[in-house]
Amino acid sequence: MTPLLEVRDLKTQFFTREGVVHAVDGISYSLDIGRTLGVVGESGCGKSVHALSIMRLIPNPPGRIVAGQILFEGRDLVSLPEKEMRKIRGNDISMIFQDPMTSLNPVLRIGTQLTEGMRLHLGMGKKEAEARAVELLEAVGLPEPRSRLRDYPHQFSGGMRQRVMIATALACEPKLLIADEPTTALDVTIQAQIIDLLQRLQERFGMSILLITHDLGVVAGLSEDITVMYAGKIVEQAPTAELFANPQHPYTEALLASIPRLDEAGRKRLANIPGLPPDLVEPPPACRFHPRCRYVTEECWTTEPSLEPYDGGPEHLVACWHVRDSREDA
Amino acid sequence: MFKFVLRRILWSIPVLLLVIFLTFLLMKAIPGGPFTGEKSVPAEILANMNAKYGLDKPWYEQYFRYVWHALQGDLGVSMTQKGRTVLDIIGTQFPVSIHLGGMAFGLAVLIGVPAGIVAALKHNTWIDYGAIFYATIGWAIPVFIVGPVLILVFALKLKWFPTSRWEGPEYWVLPTVTLGTALSAYFARLTRGSMLETLQQDFVRTAQAKGLPYRTVVLRHVLRNSLIPVVTQAGPLLGFVITGSFLTEFIFSIPGLGRSYIFSVSNRDYSVVMGLAVLLSSVIILANLVVDIIYGILDPRIRYE
Repeated sequence: MTPLLEVRDLKTQFFTREGVVHAVDGISYSLDIGRTLGVVGESGCGKSVHALSIMRLIPNPPGRIVAGQILFEGRDLVSLPEKEMRKIRGNDISMIFQDPMTSLNPVLRIGTQLTEGMRLHLGMGKKEAEARAVELLEAVGLPEPRSRLRDYPHQFSGGMRQRVMIATALACEPKLLIADEPTTALDVTIQAQIIDLLQRLQERFGMSILLITHDLGVVAGLSEDITVMYAGKIVEQAPTAELFANPQHPYTEALLASIPRLDEAGRKRLANIPGLPPDLVEPPPACRFHPRCRYVTEECWTTEPSLEPYDGGPEHLVACWHVRDSREDA
Repeated sequence: MFKFVLRRILWSIPVLLLVIFLTFLLMKAIPGGPFTGEKSVPAEILANMNAKYGLDKPWYEQYFRYVWHALQGDLGVSMTQKGRTVLDIIGTQFPVSIHLGGMAFGLAVLIGVPAGIVAALKHNTWIDYGAIFYATIGWAIPVFIVGPVLILVFALKLKWFPTSRWEGPEYWVLPTVTLGTALSAYFARLTRGSMLETLQQDFVRTAQAKGLPYRTVVLRHVLRNSLIPVVTQAGPLLGFVITGSFLTEFIFSIPGLGRSYIFSVSNRDYSVVMGLAVLLSSVIILANLVVDIIYGILDPRIRYE
């Protein structure tokens, strides 16, 4: 079976006055129909840029996809003409963004913003699209959807706006939903509701989800597989349970160790990762994590480790010279 | 909405009273008076004249008398132009200023706003640089240079248009361009900045992510948001420009309010200065009110309470 989405050696760069920013530097992965892949990493690791690359919404100039392929149902999105790409955006692939406060147009009614995609892609009339909008708002759990179509974004709370964003994204029943930090701007209780909602909607609509987040709790709840990105590269990839139980890359390990735990509160200092995220104009040579890594040896900064199956299994991939199992402290 | 408008109109009364008061004080602070000229006037005649116009009374009495008459719609008579009332002067000169200002404003909007929009959409191309150049130069060169240069080239050299006065369409062109250039430059800069800011907004990316054609994204999502600050600035500007442009009217000898303002100040024609100040502030207040109403139509977040 061909996967729904296959990213092959994708490179996206920004050409700025300070130099070329290697935001996404050769990442590859695939996502099957109906599955959820979580992409985690700290701010500036290229996870959002990679999502915008799939949508072909990288602001150009200064940004550009310089190499690689993005195969969606076997078609390469990178080389698709803009006109064809527009038919895919919002229709086959749709996207929800981090901040629901700013992602909706403040001067247009919710109804307009919700129906414009359907009217464009599905050729629906105003009445028909509005009827469907009501159904969608019901599906995302918005009370009294019919009367709210005429409301403006500022009349909704943050959580409700994100629900509206989700309804908009699902309007044309996309095959792939890209959720870029969908809960980051929301209260913790609302976050849980949105995660739960996404899960239920996935069961109902059957779309694949690409979930981009820095919050390991969010991915744990939603995705079957996790890809960890660092400085524009994938450093580790594994099924969720496996990654949490058996992290092999020192960066993944450190990320997991830096999650605060209630049962250890007060007894242990919260672990952090020393150093700063790398400069993507001149990234560290070879393994990009080596300046911050506790296990660094000479080969870490001379030869780049490739992303390879750890322990023979095809599901758990890691790019490191010193996977945990080979280390003495393991 | 009705209550909002009513309240704003009521609020404008104390504002106008304050304007009258300050203008009154400023005029009194300038040495001399309406009847001091090059020829010295005998003291008795001066006293008579002052008595006739009430200038012999204490200043606060003059002020309250003025306000009292103004409330009844009587702005008094000119102290230097014989037999003309202030309302009469406004009545003949205000239409000329409205005409000139309105045309210049229209020209400025028609050129400046589209120039700003196109410049922003073609950000960092030669079209954009051209627009910035125009906006900077147009705003920086003062009217007293633009006007004479236009006269020199188009009136004296090419003889396409007359040099001055306000008697028909061919007379309107040069003053309108003179007054409109700086304004259009201002609008171009304002619109461009506002467009660029809106284009950066998250909701524009959302609109693009829906697969909308770029034209639809701009027309439906960007334009309205970016015109909000332009409208806010346009109202008071329109108010200023239709109440007489001192320099343009002076350069082209146009019988509008601006010229009247200059003459009445230099002749200490107290009643005309006061009348014009009241008119100017009323128009500005009205323009701001209209802007606030339009603002509420453009931006649903604004509510009148």
